[in-house]
Amino acid sequence: MESLALDDSSSGPSLTSASSFTDRQSSGSQFNSILEPPSYAEAVFTSFDTSSSNGHRSPKLSSILDPCSHSDFLKMWVSDPQKEQELAPNSLVPGGTAYYTYLITTRTNMPEYGGPGSEFSVRRRFKDVVTLSDRLSESYRGFFVPVRPDKGTVDSQVMQMGQFVEQRKSALEKYLNKLASHPVIRKSEELRVFLVVKGKLPLAKSVDVASRMLDGAVRLPKQLMGEVSTDAREAWQPARGGRDLLRMLKELKQSVANDWGRVKPLLVEEDKEFLERKDWVVEFEHHLSSISQQAETLVKAQQDMGETIGELGLTFVKLTKFETEEAMFDSQRVRVADMKNVATAAVKASRLYRELNGQTVKHLDTLHEYLGVMLAANCAFSDRSSALLTVQTLLSDLASLQSRIEKLEAASSKIFGGDRSRMRKIEELKEAARVTEDAKSCAVREYERIKENNRDELERFDRERHNDFTDMLKGFVLNQAGYAEKMAAVWENLAEETNRYARNGS
Amino acid sequence: MEQQQQRSVSGSSLSPRSPSSQLHLSVSVTDPVKLGNGVQAYISYRVITKTNLPEYQGPEKIVIRRYSDFVWLRDRLFEKYKGIFIPPLPEKSAVEKFRFSAEFIEMRRQALDIFVNRIASHHELQQSEDLRTFLQADEEMMERLRSQETGIFKKKPADLMQIFKDVQSKVSDVVLGKEKPVEESSPEYEKLKNYVFELENHLSEAQKHAYRLVKRHRELGQSLSDFGKAAKLLGACEGNGLGKAFSELGAKSESLSVKLQKEAHQLLMSFEEPLKDYVRAVQSIKATIAERANAFKQQCELAETMKLKEINLDKLMLTRSDKVGEAELEYKELKAESEEATRRFETIVRLMNEEIVRFQEQKTLDMGIAFHEFAKGQARLANSIADAWRSLLPKLEACSSS
Repeated sequence: MESLALDDSSSGPSLTSASSFTDRQSSGSQFNSILEPPSYAEAVFTSFDTSSSNGHRSPKLSSILDPCSHSDFLKMWVSDPQKEQELAPNSLVPGGTAYYTYLITTRTNMPEYGGPGSEFSVRRRFKDVVTLSDRLSESYRGFFVPVRPDKGTVDSQVMQMGQFVEQRKSALEKYLNKLASHPVIRKSEELRVFLVVKGKLPLAKSVDVASRMLDGAVRLPKQLMGEVSTDAREAWQPARGGRDLLRMLKELKQSVANDWGRVKPLLVEEDKEFLERKDWVVEFEHHLSSISQQAETLVKAQQDMGETIGELGLTFVKLTKFETEEAMFDSQRVRVADMKNVATAAVKASRLYRELNGQTVKHLDTLHEYLGVMLAANCAFSDRSSALLTVQTLLSDLASLQSRIEKLEAASSKIFGGDRSRMRKIEELKEAARVTEDAKSCAVREYERIKENNRDELERFDRERHNDFTDMLKGFVLNQAGYAEKMAAVWENLAEETNRYARNGS
Repeated sequence: MEQQQQRSVSGSSLSPRSPSSQLHLSVSVTDPVKLGNGVQAYISYRVITKTNLPEYQGPEKIVIRRYSDFVWLRDRLFEKYKGIFIPPLPEKSAVEKFRFSAEFIEMRRQALDIFVNRIASHHELQQSEDLRTFLQADEEMMERLRSQETGIFKKKPADLMQIFKDVQSKVSDVVLGKEKPVEESSPEYEKLKNYVFELENHLSEAQKHAYRLVKRHRELGQSLSDFGKAAKLLGACEGNGLGKAFSELGAKSESLSVKLQKEAHQLLMSFEEPLKDYVRAVQSIKATIAERANAFKQQCELAETMKLKEINLDKLMLTRSDKVGEAELEYKELKAESEEATRRFETIVRLMNEEIVRFQEQKTLDMGIAFHEFAKGQARLANSIADAWRSLLPKLEACSSS
């Protein structure tokens, strides 16, 4: 049993779909005067599937043992959204923009966080989450880094702020716990800092376009001259934003050359197995997307069915009341009894449909979650491509430096006694080549690292997908069967009650 | 019942087991066939009559009838048997496209069959000559009668509407405390009228939801079918055990989709249609209420006129006018008419009281059957669904252990 005592704590996850079902309890009072209240056995609706839990999957590593006491346990809750004001730079002008902060509570046994039974909270705003997400993408290239919730805006015609904040709150909770269930990322320093350090989040935003532009702009003239040596460490970082304008241009040129040039690049993606897997992933994503859509339609159809049966039941309740008041004949009283039975059955069936649908949403949500995983996979694959591109670019650089050196050496050797200016130039170029060579080595190492990550993650993806989908199918099927049986019992009961009307021989 | 001959005639085609010594009349409406072309196209039905009643031509007779023939019969009965709730007819179809759909044709055939059978099993209506004509006349005769009908007996819809409005406004007037003098105002009858009008509202709502429920079954069926297809594609992509599980899931979804479509049809024919029939029956009662109001009005007016004539006659007699003889004659005629009108009105009242009892009993039976079929259908569907999903479980178990 995976469900824990902690699962039931105050801010458990809220299923956004479930909250959209109309609550029929308000019309309960109208029913109760006509219908008998549901028996206690019926009032306790249990989910049929064996893996209960409220939509969270604890890390598969700890599924056998009680996760609570396992030293790997890490779980977060998001609660208590509060509105805060961003102070305007000029304090004479009252007010600024408002934003929401969320209380993030963590419970863990992990030693990095202080060992067993640790619990702590911080307050964060959504911008902080974006920062965390960006930093993780940078630090964990090649991994399937869980995708953060959308930035999104609130369209007041579509939903109210309150509802938006609620949705965001549960999306954040889901996101953080997904991070926690990633075997590598859960140990990241960025995550720890995010969860632990109170006050302002001490993580630099990745994209600081202004200063980077400045950075890039300052270096640009020298780079254009092709003179300045690039710092090796910098060379193999991905070109981003305004930072390395020139490098971005170079890499773009390289990628165009890759696609259209007559000469094959010096290094290509050769891993056939990977390429096949990648193609499969594309196909899989396509099918997953379409079944996810159909699942949504199915859920809607189930919901509508339940609502309509409920409305039918309500109509019969009203009819029953009406005919009871106006009853003049015995035949009417008989009909009243029949209609009451129909109303009762319909109302019960409607409740069952609502329950069933709540469970269906929970199970089929796996499909939707894996669409997120596919996004993460695509990022991991593009990390790989961009790392490869960097290597290719550096190799091209190196090759062109070499050829310039050779040309200069050839030219200067013709001059007796050497050519001092040319000699100087040759030395500069040789220095640049050395730096570029180092950068290339770093880039190659990085590329290989990312390839390794891709491989590991694909294996993990296969394993987890198999388990998650099997659970999903089992849960879905068990629920459908269980609730169908309950509904059959309700209708069979009504058939019994109206048995005297059965046609002979039917 | 004040008839001298009390004939119990089993008029339902549902009980073919009636002994041959007993008088019986059974009718069925079958085999809809599309005839004609384009705008003129229509559906014809076979009407088969089996009877040993002496008034009929033979033990079995088959005629071809179309919808407007049934309308003719209904209108004739409505004219002749005021006070009796004439069984309702299915509506004319408003939507052209729908008119020849298989479902609509079947719904209409079923409703027409029920219509004729109800007439055949009503102790008064079954004796109608118009019924005999309808069941036996050849097509040309029917066509002639049908075309005669328009203009003479047919009440214009506008007139009927006005009568309804009058009755309805009377109801609200009573509620508001205003009394209009030329209407009946016995408390029981008021209660009955209120009941009828409110009942129609409730039943219309029930029928509307029943129809929606049919649609929901179709929608759920469609979504399961689409979901199943998508599952199969995913399964093919997955491959291995899990892939097979998805494919099986897809196949089951598709089979359940078929079952849902079937149940939707069943629901339409055995639950929604009876509710619609109930609504139509109540509307027929409203027509009878209008007739009663009409008869009452006539009776009152004639009584008024008669009184005036009486006063006039007395005056003439006092003045020893030579117009006395003429006036006396007129007075006698008027008196006869007035008595006739009173008799007509009282017949309607008496018949309505009987009819109400019959109506309530009939409806309890009709709805009981409909509820039972509804329950059985839903139970059958739910069990199919449970079985289909349960059958998948062993395969899923195998999948998770692999």
